[in-house]
Amino acid sequence: MWFFRAPTIAYGDDALSHLATLEGKRALIVTDANMVKLGVADKVCGPLSVGGMDVQIFAEVEPDPSLDTVNKAASMARDFDADWIVGLGGGSAMDTAKMVRILAERRDLTAMDVNPVEPMGLRGVVKLCTIPTTSGTGAEVGWACVVTDRAESRKLVLGSMDSYPEVAIVDPALAAGMPAWLTADTGMDALVHAIEIYTGLWHNDFVDGPALQAIRLVFEYLPRAYADGSDMEARERMANAATLAGFGLANANCGLAHALAHSLGGVFHPPHGRTTSVYLPYTTEYIIREAPERYADIARFLGLPGTTDQERAQALVAAIRELQATVGHPTSVKGLNVPEPEFRESLPHIVEAAQQDATMFNAARVPSTDEVERLFEYAYAGQPIDF
Amino acid sequence: MSKFMSPEWAKAFKEALNNNPVYAEAARNWEGDFYFTATDIPGASKPSTMYADLWHGKCREAFIVTGDDDERDPAFRMTGAMPVWRKVIEKKLDPIQGLLTRQLKLQGDMVTIMRNVKSAQALVNSLATIDTEFPS
Repeated sequence: MWFFRAPTIAYGDDALSHLATLEGKRALIVTDANMVKLGVADKVCGPLSVGGMDVQIFAEVEPDPSLDTVNKAASMARDFDADWIVGLGGGSAMDTAKMVRILAERRDLTAMDVNPVEPMGLRGVVKLCTIPTTSGTGAEVGWACVVTDRAESRKLVLGSMDSYPEVAIVDPALAAGMPAWLTADTGMDALVHAIEIYTGLWHNDFVDGPALQAIRLVFEYLPRAYADGSDMEARERMANAATLAGFGLANANCGLAHALAHSLGGVFHPPHGRTTSVYLPYTTEYIIREAPERYADIARFLGLPGTTDQERAQALVAAIRELQATVGHPTSVKGLNVPEPEFRESLPHIVEAAQQDATMFNAARVPSTDEVERLFEYAYAGQPIDF
Repeated sequence: MSKFMSPEWAKAFKEALNNNPVYAEAARNWEGDFYFTATDIPGASKPSTMYADLWHGKCREAFIVTGDDDERDPAFRMTGAMPVWRKVIEKKLDPIQGLLTRQLKLQGDMVTIMRNVKSAQALVNSLATIDTEFPS
């Protein structure tokens, strides 16, 4: 038994206007300071107010949001007695909003009490709307919340399957303001999601189709969105790709590249999408040495060359590396400006954290401790995987 | 072959963990004892529970709780119907998916569990090595 869950999705041109139809009294927008500065928060306040809601804004979400930030935002939601939480921004803002939605209703809990195993006992008192302003995280349609435990320099996947958003608003105009580097980071994140979902052990008939379509859309439209941010067709298709890949995040799981990126990110905090992008070719090379079949499927779908599964899977690795080059991504962890002495010093910690990451065991080939360390080493140095 | 939730099975469980270097490494920081409870066992009038004391990569003690004077107050309690346990042991159900779908129920400090995914996975992989006979 397994589930497929998804919120109502308002997408396409002018999707933001759907906010005016939400029924409620008080909405707390959970976002970051930049969204306020750029006027994006105002674009959300407008239709909410038209719909008759009082609106407050929590604009203190930082990249890799901390448990403290989640608890602070939850406190504001409780004081305001919000009945809608609106997550506006990238994955950090939307993940924080998901936690706040739970904590606003369950006032007896703190962030560390929220987990996917125990029923949270939510009764729909507080609802959740997610609005991505980037095209990559897929967080708008999922339940998981990645927050950082600063005391342990470690990312935690919290959240509850009881707390899917009621509504996700995927309006491509909101992503149109992204600079090229952010378009690349988030777009590659969507690609990593889709590939890991399709090739992961938790893949299923309900997520395979969306994942394949997301992969195709990223390969076709990310170069255009990166080259010309005003190309609205490319922006819309990338927004759709991110959300399609998000279905997989919500209903299957990521894999090895995410396990490595989460653990490195907990210490060095490079941009998440760029980090998963760097790791993907290495983890793919590692997995396809024993399990190339699903990667070959993707290659066939994309029309890549090869006469055997191994050749097709290798062609996919080459295509990923080519796309990385097109969007200006580094090809090694060294290129993420992670200093080598600090990397070496933290290696035992990040190896351990990667192995305790919930995404690790979704990979079709799970590395040993020694192999995890070698994967980190090879990806740092930019060395092709040979084990 | 030992019968599921029999004293022999508990002994085999303990041996499987203590003979598994992967588990020893994965759970080297683990501290916490368990009740594993199976409900809906064909032919049984009540659930059956195994106690296991797991400590730094070793199983110090494992036995079937009879309810006489051997009850404990473990840090964690995992409960599921026998067919669900069977799927887990036969590696037809990922235990994390079992927990997320609440076919398996877990009580205890969730933060500890979520920080020790690898040891939980290694524990289940050890279970899969036990030659188990299930009642039908």
